[in-house]
Amino acid sequence: MLEMLSYPFIIRALVVGTLVSLCSALLGVNLVLKRYSMIGDGLSHVAFSAMAVATAMNWAPLSVAIPVVIAASYILLRLSSSGRFSGDSAIALLSTGALAVGIFIISMKSGVNTDINNYMFGSVLAINKSDVTFSVVLSLAVLALYVLFYNKIFAVTFDEPFAKATGVRADFYNFLIAVLTAVTIVLGMRMIGALLISSLIIFPAMSSMRLFKCFRSVVICSAAISVFCFLSGLVVSFEYSAPTGASVVIINIAVFAVFCAADFFRGRFGKNSAISEK
Amino acid sequence: MKKAVITCENISLGYENMTVLENVSFALDEGDYLCVVGENGAGKSTLIKCLAGLKKPTEGEIVFSPDITRADVGYLPQQTAIQRDFPASVREVVMSGCLNHSRLIPFYTKADRQRAARHMEELGITGLADRSYRELSGGQQQRVLLARALCASNRLLILDEPVTGLDPIVTAEIYEIIKEFNKKYNMTIIIVSHDVKTAVRSANKILHLKQTVQFFGSTEDYVRSTAGREFIGGSNENA
Repeated sequence: MLEMLSYPFIIRALVVGTLVSLCSALLGVNLVLKRYSMIGDGLSHVAFSAMAVATAMNWAPLSVAIPVVIAASYILLRLSSSGRFSGDSAIALLSTGALAVGIFIISMKSGVNTDINNYMFGSVLAINKSDVTFSVVLSLAVLALYVLFYNKIFAVTFDEPFAKATGVRADFYNFLIAVLTAVTIVLGMRMIGALLISSLIIFPAMSSMRLFKCFRSVVICSAAISVFCFLSGLVVSFEYSAPTGASVVIINIAVFAVFCAADFFRGRFGKNSAISEK
Repeated sequence: MKKAVITCENISLGYENMTVLENVSFALDEGDYLCVVGENGAGKSTLIKCLAGLKKPTEGEIVFSPDITRADVGYLPQQTAIQRDFPASVREVVMSGCLNHSRLIPFYTKADRQRAARHMEELGITGLADRSYRELSGGQQQRVLLARALCASNRLLILDEPVTGLDPIVTAEIYEIIKEFNKKYNMTIIIVSHDVKTAVRSANKILHLKQTVQFFGSTEDYVRSTAGREFIGGSNENA
């Protein structure tokens, strides 16, 4: 296992992946609770398309994708809060639409080849040296903003009308959540893959909600699960030469199953369970 | 000397191309307890959303007295689906009411914590502080939300059908608490209710809506008015 640390690309993946896992776990709790689980999926498809265009034009993929995905996440939030589309159909429209455009452009440029495969399913080799600093700075910024606005993000997630009525700028904080999510998705998708990145947002939050009943513990546990799953996924992918994204998601499934089982047994036999209190 | 807290003159409310309410005028003084009554679809909740600042009137303006800002408003919205399975402790929910006082500081201060503790004590939910909000009974949840509203402000409280789905005993308790706030803090209360009889008992002003204002005035006058007699009489028959 120590042998894997001698490869620079593994170290890069380790650093960026851990930070991105943290960001996605924190935001994931809010997105799942706000019924926006699929927003990650939609945004990653947009990111896919943006990176395809950037590659075709020889632009830097990250600096093109981030503003585009931020714009997309803002549009998604607006569309679904305007009530003209429901949230899930807005996401479906955007994600399939963007995917089609992306695939079209990539095949025009180079024919369908490994590029698509890498974007779709992620590659541990995707992060080159120049990306590392950029990714680390951005994900630290996401973490800092989340911690700084934690209370307000909680308030807006739990009860938006109340927050608005009492003078909290709910629209701003919704936008902030959208921006942070967009940045996280773009940073993570090249390693985990456009098709799999949304699982990083959903799984840790869903797992920790099985066992924890207060918001802060859900958030902390979710962060811990996410980092644990990423690190073990990376090891598994190295040992079995499997794609990193898929390995991380499989570990997440296992953890989810364990937490569900724990919840079930606590409900049946535990003294402090929710059921026995009633 | 009483002073006007809210004045509405000829406001109209609605959605894109549908008017729900028109020509609504009323004024409230500090310490008033207003109950908004009317049948389903009469526009009660729309009016409440406008007063809470979640919607803008399509015509006219709601004028608050100059010393009242959004940070002086406490609000108790209808429960949303999101809250039913939201993992949050009672303390976390109550504390979130303090956010409008600490705009520049991102974290809760000691004063915020004391404020939250005081209002939890006041509502008898101190023992529930570490329990999960979603595991509480309907009445306990409303107490938590009332404590949160008090943390936000003790000047003006807007409640949107706070007793929906609660049993008669708990309903009476909640009304008792609201009445207590009204007396203790001289708090202005605006409440929407289906339950006309209870409303008439605690409110000093009534606003009866049906596409426009059917009645606005003191509770005594309302009981004697045609609109009032019909509405209260009607709900007696149903009960």
